[in-house]
This record gives sequence, structure tokens and C-alpha cells, in this order.
Amino acid sequence: MPLLILRRLGNTIPTIVAVVLVIFTLFSVIPGSFTSAGDDGRMLDPAVMERMRKELGLDDPLPTRFVNYVGSLAVGDLGTSFRTREPVTKLIAARLWPSLKLTMAAMLFAILLGVPLGFVAALKPGSTIDLVSMVGAVSGLSLPKFWLGLMLMYLFALVLGWLPSFGYGEGGLRHLTLPAVALGVSPMALLARTTRAAVLDVLNADFVRTARSKGMNEYRVVTWHVVRNALVLVLTTIGLQFGSLMGQAVVVEKLFSWPGLGSLLVDSVFQRDIPAVQGSILVIVLFFLVINTLVDIAYVIIDPRIRYG
Amino acid sequence: MKKLAVMATALALVLGAGAEAQTPRKGGTIRMTAPYGASLSSLDIHTTPRAQDEIVGKALHRTLYNWDTVANKPVLELAREVAVSGDGFVHTYKLRDDAFFHNGRRMTADDIIWSYTRVMDGSKGYPGARNVRLIKGAIDVEKGQAKEIAGLRKIDDFTLEMTITERVDPGFYFMGGTTSILPREEVEKGTFASNPVGLGPFKFVEHVPGSRVVLTRWEKFYKPGQPYADRLIILIMGEAAARDVAFRSKEIDTSILGPAQYVAYQADPELKKHILEVAEVFTRNMGMNPAFKPFSDKRVRQAINHAIDTDLIIKRLVKDKAYRATSWLPMASPAYDKTMKPYAFDPEKAKKLLAEAGYKDGFEFEWTTSQNESWGLPIVEAVIPYLSRVGIKVKPKLVEAAVLTETAMKGDFQAYIISNLTGPDSLATLKCYHSKTPRTACNYTSFNNPEFDKLLDEAGQTSDMARRNDLLKKANAILYEEAPVWFFNYNKAVMAYQPWLHGLQANATELTHQYVENLWVDETSPAK
Repeated sequence: MPLLILRRLGNTIPTIVAVVLVIFTLFSVIPGSFTSAGDDGRMLDPAVMERMRKELGLDDPLPTRFVNYVGSLAVGDLGTSFRTREPVTKLIAARLWPSLKLTMAAMLFAILLGVPLGFVAALKPGSTIDLVSMVGAVSGLSLPKFWLGLMLMYLFALVLGWLPSFGYGEGGLRHLTLPAVALGVSPMALLARTTRAAVLDVLNADFVRTARSKGMNEYRVVTWHVVRNALVLVLTTIGLQFGSLMGQAVVVEKLFSWPGLGSLLVDSVFQRDIPAVQGSILVIVLFFLVINTLVDIAYVIIDPRIRYG
Repeated sequence: MKKLAVMATALALVLGAGAEAQTPRKGGTIRMTAPYGASLSSLDIHTTPRAQDEIVGKALHRTLYNWDTVANKPVLELAREVAVSGDGFVHTYKLRDDAFFHNGRRMTADDIIWSYTRVMDGSKGYPGARNVRLIKGAIDVEKGQAKEIAGLRKIDDFTLEMTITERVDPGFYFMGGTTSILPREEVEKGTFASNPVGLGPFKFVEHVPGSRVVLTRWEKFYKPGQPYADRLIILIMGEAAARDVAFRSKEIDTSILGPAQYVAYQADPELKKHILEVAEVFTRNMGMNPAFKPFSDKRVRQAINHAIDTDLIIKRLVKDKAYRATSWLPMASPAYDKTMKPYAFDPEKAKKLLAEAGYKDGFEFEWTTSQNESWGLPIVEAVIPYLSRVGIKVKPKLVEAAVLTETAMKGDFQAYIISNLTGPDSLATLKCYHSKTPRTACNYTSFNNPEFDKLLDEAGQTSDMARRNDLLKKANAILYEEAPVWFFNYNKAVMAYQPWLHGLQANATELTHQYVENLWVDETSPAK
């Protein structure tokens, strides 16, 4: 197992290098710069801009900037934010936990609702429950997060008055619920569909038919054979969704004034705060890779037949 | 007679109740919103020129001058009086001796000198440098040729002499947050951006990045009895739709409205009672590059102004959330000329002007624009048919807002549409069109008119404010006649507020910038 973890971690290095290169290059060539990205005409004067460009190292040649950037990254330094003039690591550290909390809550919501829904639908194909859950799943997949978030706000905050419509509060469940649901509906729908497909597939497999013909009761067939075999595909979906959820959270975080990486990323992009953008994206990518590595390890635990070359 | 007496008593009771309702109540929590983005840039107010950050800055910090939102002019804030030398260059301030930083230390002249010197640190590029550069010797500090600003002299702890290099009202230069007076000992701790200390009515409690800033009443604030509220929470809410829900569910006390919400709130009999409107000092316009041949002819530029039904666009598209621009200077400017009339919508006159300029069959130009709903692509799309009717074809070029300014500064455009800060200082605003002002500063349309320059130079030399304003009005009229831009509108900022919030000010420099010590909430506020 330790060898597997090491190997998987080793495989992530080229991905990280590629991501670093792409982000750096992209944000070096796109038009607009921090010094001219003032809001509503509150532009900086040329002399100040000139000095800022020098101070921020924007006047250095591209290769020099890249070497400096990679050199800093190697020692865990993500640079200094152009906007706040604080270390990017500090900005990210302040927002990482709220982002993780939101992502985990959304995923928990998706798993707790999506997987059982998919199972039930698969066990009763063509039934009303199957129809309802699949219509729900398709709707969930097609609803834009922004719109869904607004509707949740409208219903639960304005009409019913049960929950606050925005904000972080003390980070508790009251404030977490609506953004987590808004973010979790889409993976929930995908999980429901995937689980249904996986379970149906296994239910029609020869070994299930054999188990039934041997007289094994249905409960044991499902829990022993179906669940375990369907779980690999479900786990893959969970891994992919979980990994990408932090990136998807941008819209939800901004809508709900949730203090996560997403809102940092949005404003940093608009204001061309390149170190903050690079740092935020890097952390999101790392999160994705970590989750997928964990999923790979989970495969081996669930199904020992799986081996990685 | 008895009936009259009863009526008089009833009237007195009503008036009495009204007066009582207007007596500021102590305590409570005010929940304002910061609507310009998903986060704050920095709580070190010297480092950021963003309107979003100054919303917090107005509560935490104070500047030598403030903007009087009623008189529409800068007034002394950290000084009780100022004596100006006969030539208008030397200003001697008697500073307040009752202003205390949130760490308990009393502010002195040293703090002002240190703060302005910090802003001039040339290696940092602080945005306030453009203001402090007005002080004699400040540029030497910026260039690293001096350590102290020669034009700042401490006479005693509460007397400061400031020598400036131009005959201008320094109030316009030293009222912005980027020139706030900060305590050196706190800044030098190195954690100022996350733990700011100022002179303002509220002191810092916590900042949850991307979500809120919480502040509490500063007991030693120098205005007796103020601030009224115990707590101020500034909620960072960049999404207008989310603000709308939060406002309607009474979770926030103020909300800046966009055009669509403006219509909805006006249509609601309850919500429309609590709307604050102000003509802000922003002029939305389409700048025309004279390097593009057709735009080098004044008649073509005037024709464009005549060809567009600006009033209709403001009414239908901007939903009346703007005032028609009648010149470059906005309504709150001291030199705004109320008698000026906008270009009439007159397509026939536009065609005639184009024919005279040699463009009888029209021409085509590229129009650089952002996505902004009030002065971006939707406006360009509305204008296209009007220009088409007089033979002018438009090719819109969409760029990000962050790129638009850079485009204008580089002159890499045929036309662009933008919202320019055009006040409150009329002289500084019009200087953008002085021929000596480079494009990179703000003369984006490379305007060059000797008569305009002469009026502006003369205005800069006189210390008689009435005469200065007269000269600036004339210069503004020339600008309007020359039409380097399509004069579109002045922004009408609109803020919805809850019925329990009182003391809001119609600040024309930026409506969200409230002097929060004047705000108070009555007992009907649901906030604890």
C-alpha cells in the first residue's frame, strides 16, 4: 500500500508542473494588468503605475518571472498578492477551511441523497419512484447553480424565513445549508443516475443470476454482490465530482458571500492579481489530485483485484 | 374654536412624535453592504484605491478633509481651522487635539507627516501618491532624493504647516481614503492589513475575507455622542440578486440597486418609500480617437451626438437610473453649468454635419466596450441602429473591464465606451483634457484646444474660487462644443435602505461611502 501511495503521488508531479506552466503562461499573455484594472474610473496615475509595475516585477522578462515563480513555489512560497500585498499562502489559508467545509457538505448531501435514490430507482426500474428520481436527477443536472441558489434563498430565507440567505455566520449549519445544497444538487443528480446505471448493470450480471438461482435471499444478493460491485463506479463518480467541486464552488461562494477560495479567485481574476489567481488555481488542482489519489487507494481496498501498474 | 384647538393639539402631537422619531437612538447594529465585488483588496487603506475598500475605510479611518455631502465641497475633518497665505500656497492647520487612534494614542501633526511620507514611498507605488504629490518636496521623497517632505512642517503637536505647489483647494486632494492618517507604531508591526487601527468612529473587530467586516463603536471618537450604533457590520455582497433577497428578508440594511432592481423597487409601494438617489460624479461617454480620420473632424463627433436618441436609451435601457449628460462635468461639480442643454436628437442635422465633413455615405468604426449593463455592450447595441440611420456602421469589440482602461491609455481604439470619474474637483477633472496631459494620464482622446488650455491655465492661477468656477464653466462649454466624446449620462446611484435606518447621506462622490458616525437604527431594527 505505501508503495501504491508513493507511486500515485509521483504520478501527480507532471500534472502539477503542467498546470503551473499553463496558468503562468495564460496569465502572462492575456490583456489587462493589475495596474490598470481600477474600478469605475479610479485609475492610478502613470507614475504610480510605473512604480507598481517595477515593485511587482511585471517589468521583468517572462522567462525571468517564470524562473522566479517556480523557485518560490519550490520552497512553498506562492508569492505576494498584488492587491493586498500579503503572502498568497496567507490569503489561501484564511479561505481554505470554509471552501473545504462547503465542498464536503455539498458532497455529503450528494452522497446521502444521490446514492440511495439511484439504488432505489434501480431496484424498481420503471416504477413511479424510478421515474420521479430520474426526472429529479436530470433536472438537478440541468439547473444552473446560480439560479438554483437564488431560488433556495428566495424560498428558505425570504418566504419561509427558516435560514439566512447569505453569509458565513460562525460557520455553522444554518449558514452552510443553502450553499451546500446549491452546490450539491448537481453531483447528487449525477450520482443518482450513475448509481442507478451501475446497480442495473450488476443486477443483470451472471454472478447475480447465479446467486439468486442458488437460493440466496434478495437482501443478501443486493448487499453482498450488488453493492460491492456497483460501488467501484459510484466511487469513481464521487471522486471526480468531489475533486471538481471546489472549482465549481466559485459561483455559489460569490452568490452566498461564502468566504472560500472561489470568491478570492473571482476578484483576483477581474483585478489581474496574478499571484493570487495562480495560487488559488494551484490549490484547487492539488485538491482534485489528492481526492483522486484517495479514490484510487479506496478502489484497492474495496476490490483487491484492482492493481495499478 | 374647540375643533381648532383639537386639531392644533393633534398636529403638535404628530410633530412631536416626528421630532422624537428623528432623535438618534444609541445602540444597535448597522448592516451595510459592500457591493463592488466578492472581496476586499486590503484593509491597509493606503494600498488600495478601490471604492469597495473605502466603504470600510470610512468607518475605520479619517482624513485631513472630508466631503460635505450637503454643501458638496470638501471640509476640514482632522483640523479645526486653516489659515491660508496670501499667495494661496501655504496652509497652516490647527489640528484637532481630541482625535484618538483606536489604540488609545492621541493624533498629532507627526502622524499626518508620517502618513503622507509613507504614501510617497516611491518603492511601493501607493495610489495616494498622486494626491500627496501636491505638497512641495513630496516628489523628492517619491524619487528617493529626500527622506522628508519639505512642504510639511510641524509647528507644534497640533499645528501643521503645509506648502503646496499649485493654487488649488487641498481639500480635494486630502479627503480620499488613500491619504488616511494612520498610526506609525501599528503599521510598523507588519500586520496592519489584517489588524487595522485608525481614527474613525468604529474600530476593527474581525474580517472574514469574502464575507464580512465587523466593527465596534470607538468610545473616544472625537464627535461627541457619535457614533450612535454599537456595531457596524459590512457585508461583502457582489451579487445584486442575492442582495435583493437579503434586503427583502431584512437581513441587510442597505443595498445598491442596478437598473432592473430600480424599476422593481419603484413599483413596490413599500420599498419605494426608502430609496436614496444621487447624481454621482461619473460621466459615461464614448471616447473618439482623433487618430482615426473621421473622428478628427469636430462635425463628425457632433453628428454622432445628434444621431443618438440618448434620452430614450436612458429611459428604456438604463431604466432612468442615470441623468442625461449635459456636459463633461457632472451635476455635483462646483463648476457644473445648469444652463447647458444637451445635444438634441436630430438625425437630419447629423446627416448634414456628416455631409459637410465629407462623410455623406457614412463610414465604419470599431467600438471597444465592456459587458457593463449601464455603459457597456447593451448600450452599444442600442446605439448601433441610430448610427446606422445616418450611415455610420459600428463593429463592436468586446473586452474585459480590466482591459478597457489599458486600451484607452494605449490609444489602441477607434472608439470606446467607459464611465469616467469626473469629480468632485472640477479643475482636476478638466485637466484631463489639457493638451499637456498625456494620454496615459487621462487625456484618452488626445484633446488639444489652445483656448481650452488657456482657460484652464488661468483657472489654475487664480485663488478666487468664483472666478475659477466661471473659467472652468467656459472651458467645460468648449469641451462640449468640441465633443471629443458622445456625452451619454451621469450615473444615478440608488440605494435602498430599511425604514429603521436613519442618517444616510447622499454622497455624490460615491453613495456607498457613508460617514457612518451619522447613521443610527431605531428600535424596529431586527438586528441585535
